Amino acid sequence: MDFAFSLIRQMRDSLRDLAPVVLVIGFFQLVVIQQPLPTSVDLVDLITGLVFVVIGLTLFIQGLQLGLFPVGEGLAEAFARKGSISWLLLFSFALGFGSTVAEPALIAVAAKASEVVAEGGLIANTPEMQDDFAFKLRMVVAASVGTAVMLGVIRILKGWPLHFMIIGGYVIVLLLTLVAPSEIVGIAYDSGGVTTSTITVPLVTALGVGLATAIKGRNPMLDGFGLIAFASVMPIIFVLAYGLLGI
Amino acid sequence: MQFVTILFDTLLDIIPIAAIIFGFQYLVIRKKVKRLPQVLVGFLLVLLGLSFFLLGLEQALFPMGNLMAEQLSSESFLPELAENAQRHWSDYYWIYIFAFAIGASTTIAEPSLIAVSIKAGEISGGTINPFMLRISVALGMAFGITLGTWRIVMGLPLQWLVLGAYILVIIQTLRSPKSIIPLAFDSGGVTTSTITVPIIAALGLGLASSIPGRSPVMDGFGMIALACLFPIITVMGYAQLAEWLEKRKPKKETTVSPDC
Repeated sequence: MDFAFSLIRQMRDSLRDLAPVVLVIGFFQLVVIQQPLPTSVDLVDLITGLVFVVIGLTLFIQGLQLGLFPVGEGLAEAFARKGSISWLLLFSFALGFGSTVAEPALIAVAAKASEVVAEGGLIANTPEMQDDFAFKLRMVVAASVGTAVMLGVIRILKGWPLHFMIIGGYVIVLLLTLVAPSEIVGIAYDSGGVTTSTITVPLVTALGVGLATAIKGRNPMLDGFGLIAFASVMPIIFVLAYGLLGI
Repeated sequence: MQFVTILFDTLLDIIPIAAIIFGFQYLVIRKKVKRLPQVLVGFLLVLLGLSFFLLGLEQALFPMGNLMAEQLSSESFLPELAENAQRHWSDYYWIYIFAFAIGASTTIAEPSLIAVSIKAGEISGGTINPFMLRISVALGMAFGITLGTWRIVMGLPLQWLVLGAYILVIIQTLRSPKSIIPLAFDSGGVTTSTITVPIIAALGLGLASSIPGRSPVMDGFGMIALACLFPIITVMGYAQLAEWLEKRKPKKETTVSPDC
């Protein structure tokens, strides 16, 4: 009974996320464009697709709250309080890596990127090569988020000031942009934005807040967040470097 | 049949995080997982949910973003062109309005943003108004996406805009009130939800492939990056403005009081 109730509440939240998109696009279709849909687009397909999005997002978030979040948060707290430094760092990397691999927004953007790169003739235009590119891109981004979380944890332990590290990250991005192939720049910049999404943020924040509370003299709000800020700069650096080393 | 393939691919996506969580739980921490059946049901729901979402993504979210880009930039929709005249960037004004509307509407009512801004208001002790903070994030997001579409129309290199924004962020970070900085950087992440990212990505790529002279690889990306950066700028800008107004208030009173 409880479960059904929270499922309905989750469904309402998903619908509320989708509503502005549907309203704005609907308004533009009916009032501004006023043309029939092109034959390539089937309205029934669109609507069933949107229903899938709502069902999918509802089940996904509900599932995260039942399974992954409580266990992940418990682990993050346990490692923050007790674990040896090396286990803590290994766990931080693994947590950042694993949660990014399952991030829906990244799956979406990597798929699009592989299509575009194949159509642009940068890789062979076959489904296998596309899948291969998308997979490698996601692994690179996941490794970068893992590294970012690990660095963020070291920062919390050492008490290094956050803004110097972020500015340092930006400077590296700047320098790499000058030398990286220009085809990868857009994909690299965008991959920084997609990692801070549904799964990664709650898990990584739990780790940061757990650490900050366990160490005396740390501010949970400041430190918990710092991990996320790193997680959105590091993918840019890694993907640029990946492009530089050859796709 | 298609769903079975997606289900299998999704399973591979979830295995790493499941292996990490259970591996560390049983091998390193060596404690039993509390409420194991519930956790397993949770993972099953994640698997099903992610599969449904990815199905809907291909069937609805990508096509919708692409459709809007194609329709709003098609010759039959754009204003009439005089003979031999070149398209001016302002001809695409409906695209900018659409981008702004999508950016602002998806952000302003975002539940996590509402929660964060109320908290920020409490921490600041009244200098920061939660509603104004939400407006700044939404404006930043909307402006970022609009700038992204304008850049695609113009064919400007993404680097210039991003690096320009970085410099602004760095200067602002050094000068803003310390307590707002985490919040500002956080607000960049809040704006890119799982639903908006695919639509924005498809919009940018659709524009780059339908506007003459643009290529999707070179021009199509960057909308998400700009959508993440500009809320940081507007939130710190708002905090600086709020602080400046706050500082001005007591000064006025002290300069006025001797005259009285």
